[in-house]
Amino acid sequence: MSTVANAGQLTTAEPRRPWAVSRSKRLLGFGRMLTFAVAAFVATILTPLANFDGWAVAFLLINLAWVIGIASKLGAKERRDAVLRVVITSLAVLAFVPWLSILVTVILKGYRAVYPGYFISDMRTSTPDDELNIGGAGHAIVGSLIMVAIATVVTLPLGILTGIYLTEVRGRLTFLVRFIVQSMAGVPSVVAGLFIFATVVKSMGQYSGLAGGLALAVLMLPTVSRTAEEVLKLVPDDIRSAGYALGARQWRTALLVVLPTVRAGLSTAAILGVARVIGETAPLLLTSLNTNGFVWNPIGGTVASLPTYIFAMFMYGTEYSNARAWTGSLVLLALVFFFFIIARRLGNKSALKANANRRK
Amino acid sequence: MTQTQITTNQSANQQNGETSKFIGLETQGVHAWFGKHHALSNVSLRFPERTVTGLIGPSGCGKSTFIRLLNRMHEFIPSAAMAGSVLLNGSDIYAPEEDPAMIRLKVGMVFQKPNPFPAMTIRENVLAGIKLAHLKRSNHDEIVEQCLTRAGLWKEVKDRLQASGGSLSGGQQQRLCIARSLAVEPQVLLMDEPCSALDPGSTLRIEETIKELAEKITVIIVTHNMQQASRVSDHCAFFLTDGGPGYLVEADATRKMFTNPTDSRTADYVQGKFG
Repeated sequence: MSTVANAGQLTTAEPRRPWAVSRSKRLLGFGRMLTFAVAAFVATILTPLANFDGWAVAFLLINLAWVIGIASKLGAKERRDAVLRVVITSLAVLAFVPWLSILVTVILKGYRAVYPGYFISDMRTSTPDDELNIGGAGHAIVGSLIMVAIATVVTLPLGILTGIYLTEVRGRLTFLVRFIVQSMAGVPSVVAGLFIFATVVKSMGQYSGLAGGLALAVLMLPTVSRTAEEVLKLVPDDIRSAGYALGARQWRTALLVVLPTVRAGLSTAAILGVARVIGETAPLLLTSLNTNGFVWNPIGGTVASLPTYIFAMFMYGTEYSNARAWTGSLVLLALVFFFFIIARRLGNKSALKANANRRK
Repeated sequence: MTQTQITTNQSANQQNGETSKFIGLETQGVHAWFGKHHALSNVSLRFPERTVTGLIGPSGCGKSTFIRLLNRMHEFIPSAAMAGSVLLNGSDIYAPEEDPAMIRLKVGMVFQKPNPFPAMTIRENVLAGIKLAHLKRSNHDEIVEQCLTRAGLWKEVKDRLQASGGSLSGGQQQRLCIARSLAVEPQVLLMDEPCSALDPGSTLRIEETIKELAEKITVIIVTHNMQQASRVSDHCAFFLTDGGPGYLVEADATRKMFTNPTDSRTADYVQGKFG
């Protein structure tokens, strides 16, 4: 006789989630929130609280009042949990608001001037005040991409080498190098621009995309170095030990074992650096300035870029030029967003892969 | 193999004025420190070629430290120091003119935790040592098959050599690491508790691998598993600590260590009375 009940018998089972919150309860919670939201809106009309901020404050206060109201029915621990939950949720939403506000503003004001030609035309034959279906920011997009590409080409090898020095070589100067990298991260961008102005622009006798790219590189280097260092720190030491135990020298181990392990992390470092500098305006005003046409030659004089394009359009100050500026901002935001998504994708993939490997 | 091939707590020089160089690995009065902490005291042992030596003893008695001294991995710890000498076929591996990378090429190591290179395929993992150490080899396919066969993994992975090394199970990964160490043709293979993270089936397969390896190279294995030590090793060395630095209690043929050891502490340990 078997000691196990139902041994050998096939029993039918329904997959259930006994821990899930029931639908009626969820509906009740949603209805309550909706009621509170409406009540908060009424409060903005009846009381001195006004605008979205006022509504948010009213909403928070009503929620708190409700929690305090039901508090007598709860135990001490549940009461504390309920109050903290309301406070933390509200603060999280509050932190989200400015970000959302920027995004919504840029989209609402920026979509007006969007048409296919915006991405392929320049401003040589049109003035900022022309109709929005003439001219565009193609030259600014190209200029930005060229300068960012120059900055990346300069920065990526230097940044990775710095990261390797800090994590693999760990030489006598580690402390000094790390200190310098960290202080460089705090250099005001206009100072980076002035530095390149005094060295590259002065010696070449002209503004150029190369100078702009180098100014961006100065700002990008600390970001890339620090990210590369963080990423390289994640490589477990037993991987390095395995390399050494096979009779490999340190530089071979770093190059052939450690770097390939974090290939994806290093591309994340590069993209974070790009996102850091693509919106920089001040250094470009001192190094590449702005122009109305496409410039493909990085040492062929002034180059347009998205930030300086936006700046110039806003300075022009008419309705149509402002609309162009907003669209430029939207494109810039979209580019940064795009780069961050790529970075996330690559980062997650590598992290998952590394974890899967380590867990087994 | 005679029992006298392993000496206990005495320098090999003192043995009958022996002058011809000893073939295999030999330590003479080896000590190890981490900062001021004296971790290992005065270990003199001989590991004749083509034998398996098991290092046994409770945790913290310096076995792993000792084994890392044998291929100069000890010096990667910043505060580490050592005394005494380690001779490979008669020449001191700590001599100033010796290149640690070349020593590690001759004295390979398998770690406690399987550590295949995650960014490499199974095939690349096996060939990693050749690539890393700049060795000139043309018969890569042959090396891959031969090393994986010797590590007892070939049949399981021959159809997926391009899969990631990390996609294997723990036991397979450890055998991949063994294959990787074999590809550079070491004279000695050090194994630091290679089976401690593995299931009995994988353990058994690795033990078979060790026995096959001993036909060609010298194997030194740290283990906490008494049955394993008795199954795979020709000789055993028993380490102990009394709170101070770890030291060698006795070393002898495995059968003698497990049936009739000289020291009563060895008898207690191998019978599981402490440790």
